[in-house]
Amino acid sequence: MDIYLDHNATAPLDPRALAAMQPWLIGVHGNPTSVHRYGRAAHEALEAARAQVAALVHAQPAQLVFTGGGTEADNLALKGVCGGAPSGRVLVGAMEHSAVLGPAAALAKRGWEVEYLPADAAGCYDAATLGRQLAGGGVRLVSLMLANNETGAIQDVKALAALAHGAGALVHCDAVQAVGKLPVDFGALGVDLMTLSAHKLGGPRGVGALVMDRRVSLTPLVDGGGQEQGLRGGTENLAGIVGFGKAAELAQAELEDRMAHTRRLRDQLEAGLADVPGLKIFAAESERLSNTSQFALPGMDGEWLVMEMDKRGIAVSSGSACHSGSGEPSHVLLAMGQPPEIAKGALRVSFGAGNTESDARAAAQALKEIVATLGKRVAAVGW
Amino acid sequence: MAIYLDYAATTPMDPKVAERMATCLTLDGLFANPASAHAPGRQARAAVEQARSQVAALVNAKPQEIVFTSGATEADNLAIKGVAHFERARGKHIVTSRIEHKAVLDACKQLEREGFEVTWLKPDADGLIQPESVRAALRPDTVLVSIMQANNELGTVNDIAAIGRLLKGHGARFHVDAAQSAGKLPIDLARLDVGLMSFAAHKVYGPKGIGALYVRREPRVNLEPLIHGGGHEQGMRSGTLATHQIVGMGEAFRLALEHMPEEALRLTALRERLWQGLKRIEGVLLNGHPSQHLPGILNLSFPGVEGESLLYACDKLAVSSGSACNSASQEPSYVLRALGRDDQLAGASLRFSLGRYTTEAEVDEAVEIVTREYRRLAALAA
Repeated sequence: MDIYLDHNATAPLDPRALAAMQPWLIGVHGNPTSVHRYGRAAHEALEAARAQVAALVHAQPAQLVFTGGGTEADNLALKGVCGGAPSGRVLVGAMEHSAVLGPAAALAKRGWEVEYLPADAAGCYDAATLGRQLAGGGVRLVSLMLANNETGAIQDVKALAALAHGAGALVHCDAVQAVGKLPVDFGALGVDLMTLSAHKLGGPRGVGALVMDRRVSLTPLVDGGGQEQGLRGGTENLAGIVGFGKAAELAQAELEDRMAHTRRLRDQLEAGLADVPGLKIFAAESERLSNTSQFALPGMDGEWLVMEMDKRGIAVSSGSACHSGSGEPSHVLLAMGQPPEIAKGALRVSFGAGNTESDARAAAQALKEIVATLGKRVAAVGW
Repeated sequence: MAIYLDYAATTPMDPKVAERMATCLTLDGLFANPASAHAPGRQARAAVEQARSQVAALVNAKPQEIVFTSGATEADNLAIKGVAHFERARGKHIVTSRIEHKAVLDACKQLEREGFEVTWLKPDADGLIQPESVRAALRPDTVLVSIMQANNELGTVNDIAAIGRLLKGHGARFHVDAAQSAGKLPIDLARLDVGLMSFAAHKVYGPKGIGALYVRREPRVNLEPLIHGGGHEQGMRSGTLATHQIVGMGEAFRLALEHMPEEALRLTALRERLWQGLKRIEGVLLNGHPSQHLPGILNLSFPGVEGESLLYACDKLAVSSGSACNSASQEPSYVLRALGRDDQLAGASLRFSLGRYTTEAEVDEAVEIVTREYRRLAALAA
């Protein structure tokens, strides 16, 4: 593989995080719950990592529950809050990740009334619309993401959360794509629950966390053993958690540099494509994650473009990796009011700290070549 | 350096496992998202599928019957809550035992809170769940039976083949927690009447934070997922696949299959050596069955001393007084209580669990330390 431009799907593990994990992968290590010296050492490492991750989002270590990933944390938030009651109302954003839409649909099957907050054409949730939906009353939980994984559009969660709280609802925020890419302050955001994932910010896969206001009562998804203050049973993935901690520490220290670097590359790519006729950059008018660009090229199918780029050694995606291969148009773009034929043409490029200007240049060049030489052969799909 | 005799709590990773995992993490390796369509994504997917085959091979299952989870606790929860929620319309009765791992006990207790009825079977004096007691507990509305293959504290091995046979024809699904037994005993799922089986990687020299649930295809076992989302793992467990963890588990299970015959003999001999050494202590009691047990676990109760003092005095030994998952509670083992041991004997128990890196010299030193410290404490108490 030559050029990896799919960091929103997963980022390579930072070698420094791997170095921190290494001692916990090799040699004899205790179960963090064991009382003997091996267990105690493991427990200390666990708590040090908890403090590192908490610091990245300005939360208290005790507010963190480690999970097996972002999807589990989203499920724990939604089902955990709603698990105690047989029914009620839940509002979720229409552009949410499937890790939120999935549990929301499961709640709907259980008898909960689930409603979707639409997005505007710029890829943002609108406070006035949320206000109208909340006015119906009885909303137990509102779940809205901080930054969209496809377009990168950053939501005004602070204002939306204040509205929801005013209506007596709890607020969950999926911050998986945002944390490590922009400054996030759990307290200032004013949400009750927030999801994090290690592998989107240079940590390993298979680890995530739910940051939570301890006054919120949750029904656990995974019972047994009493780990994570009874909210998530199971022997802790210690090496993974240690890697998460180190990646979080690095993300905090390097955040500004990473944002500036990826913004430069992203802007360079978009400038390079500016003269492609009919280019449509999604959410361009909104504040976006500095590393993300999602766009459609006229008459092209997104998944076909992914494969064409792949042949040229450039890894990009048409949207969420969790939907790749489905052939379905992006639900995010549909929620923004894009017609299906344009939504199906979307390509997402997401940069990381390791990318260079030549990567951005090569991507723009390759896309223009595809448009020029192969575009004619593809049936126009709408415009 | 302490002597690690707590392999039932967790095992050190086999260096070969760590080596394979390291190839799936950084930019120069298989780091991509296995759900991505591009070439790096497809390569990661291939590594995941190879690991799935390796896990399946250890227990003679089909690769598509293996669902990766974040560990055995999640697998137990997925099996128990998943079947109960899916079958809820058919019945609300569950049969399990009092000496299951907390992952099973707590999942069943949660279902009780949701309105399910649970029959908690008592083990016999040797710690075995008799198939007859399962039969006696069955009701027409029983939807699930969950019995562990090997007990994590005692090492006793239940006759899951017999329990599976007697469930044939009854609609109840049979779940077996095999977190302790996989890789230690031969398991042939093609021949067992088992619908669901849980596995952990870290009990078999693999990484922590990864496990799997076997879900039988024929006859098909249906589940309500615990974690919804992108539809990974055939919709039964959503979430980005942790390639390195899965590859590590695959390699660990491959090594287990390779080493099992030789390792079982070696551990059986070491355990016997430990038992022969410690049974000279007056009044010491073996907890569990004298012959129907895992090769590497020995659980003993020591009369007339306090459990905590004994554990503290033997600080050079990393052993446990029960399951690691209960060790924070400082309560006498519920498993030993279920066997009818009194508070003193249940409290003053040590579980020795031996593994791949245990040596004869370590066993001999453990015998010496325990004998010396026990006699010292017993003299003080007298």
